[in-house]
Amino acid sequence: MKGTEFISISDLCANYQLEISFFNQLHDVGLIEIITHKKTPCVSLETINDVEKMIRMHHDLNINIQGIDVAFNLLKKVEYLNNELNSLKNKLRLYEDDF
Amino acid sequence: MSFIDYYKILGIPKTASEKDIKKAYRKLARKLHPDLNPEDKEAERKFKEINEANEVLSNPENRKKYDKYGKDWEHAEGYEKAEQQQRQYQQSQHQKNTGGFNEQDYSSFFESMFGGASSRTHSQRDSLKFRGQDYSAELQFTLEEVYKTHKRTITVNGKKIRLTIPAGVKNGQIIKIQGHGGKGINGGPNGNLHIKFTIKNHSIFKRDNNNLYAIIDLDLYTAILGGEITVPVFNGKVKLKIKPETQNNTKVKLKRKGFPVYKKEGEFGDLYITYQLKTPTNLTEEEIELFNKLAKQRKP
Repeated sequence: MKGTEFISISDLCANYQLEISFFNQLHDVGLIEIITHKKTPCVSLETINDVEKMIRMHHDLNINIQGIDVAFNLLKKVEYLNNELNSLKNKLRLYEDDF
Repeated sequence: MSFIDYYKILGIPKTASEKDIKKAYRKLARKLHPDLNPEDKEAERKFKEINEANEVLSNPENRKKYDKYGKDWEHAEGYEKAEQQQRQYQQSQHQKNTGGFNEQDYSSFFESMFGGASSRTHSQRDSLKFRGQDYSAELQFTLEEVYKTHKRTITVNGKKIRLTIPAGVKNGQIIKIQGHGGKGINGGPNGNLHIKFTIKNHSIFKRDNNNLYAIIDLDLYTAILGGEITVPVFNGKVKLKIKPETQNNTKVKLKRKGFPVYKKEGEFGDLYITYQLKTPTNLTEEEIELFNKLAKQRKP
């Protein structure tokens, strides 16, 4: 595994001035996966956008871990429904008058 | 440039306390934050408005200035000049971050009264790194254009970006281009660029996912007697055998003659052709006679 694929929790803590417990709690509710890489707790770089979104929700909006969990589940539903809507809209185009 | 009522934006009276302002801002921010309203431009616009209102009203000095000159901001120039020297000195002393927002996220009214985004103070987050803002763009293509993988150069915020558009991109599909959004703040990573694809309708082919649909005219004689016709497929033409006594609205499936599957090179959907029977018009007397003969044979 390449070193660039992970970002250490301690870096995130330093960067965003957060306690490690914040990330542990996110891990406990299943919002992030903490991976031990070279004996250092890390998160995958692929998930950094979501992690930053959670940090912003916490920082900017004062949302606690449970709130972030609820918001993320609802956002996933919104994303699924948007994709479904888009797919149905595309199907509907088959029956539009301008054929 | 017109006056902006920051109190109205936050839904608070002019007598609101700092606590009331914070409470009103938090409540609206939870409702309008871009992370909670992805792809919602109206929410994004309103979020910028409440941020701007909060920037001004939560800072006692700015609030005082806004209350004093707000409606008469055009006459506040004298005041501004006196303040400017002091502000320039402060700017040279320390660069403050903007809480994830760029200069362009503030109204010209705000810029006029309080200077650029960098002139504000934001004591809590001075040393924090922030990811830059995500940008959104919309690109319109024809069906022909997305049939093949191709490159396109687009300009986003003055920067030219060369993109590879994979064949099979769908209408309404959004792709994310990492690091091509707004610049990170205090050394934070750049934001992402989200591109939404809009694909125009085609005059012959309709697309559903990877399958294509087309309605093809079929003349009466070929439909009755059978034969061979040439039909368009997306990348050319093919010859099709027509069975005798083919009925109107008969559908045929041409395997792998549909649209390329997104990011799966060499894979294609199917093409569905519906025959639309065309009866002859402008019949000659002889033709009418022959049709009458046929009709008599069929009708007892």
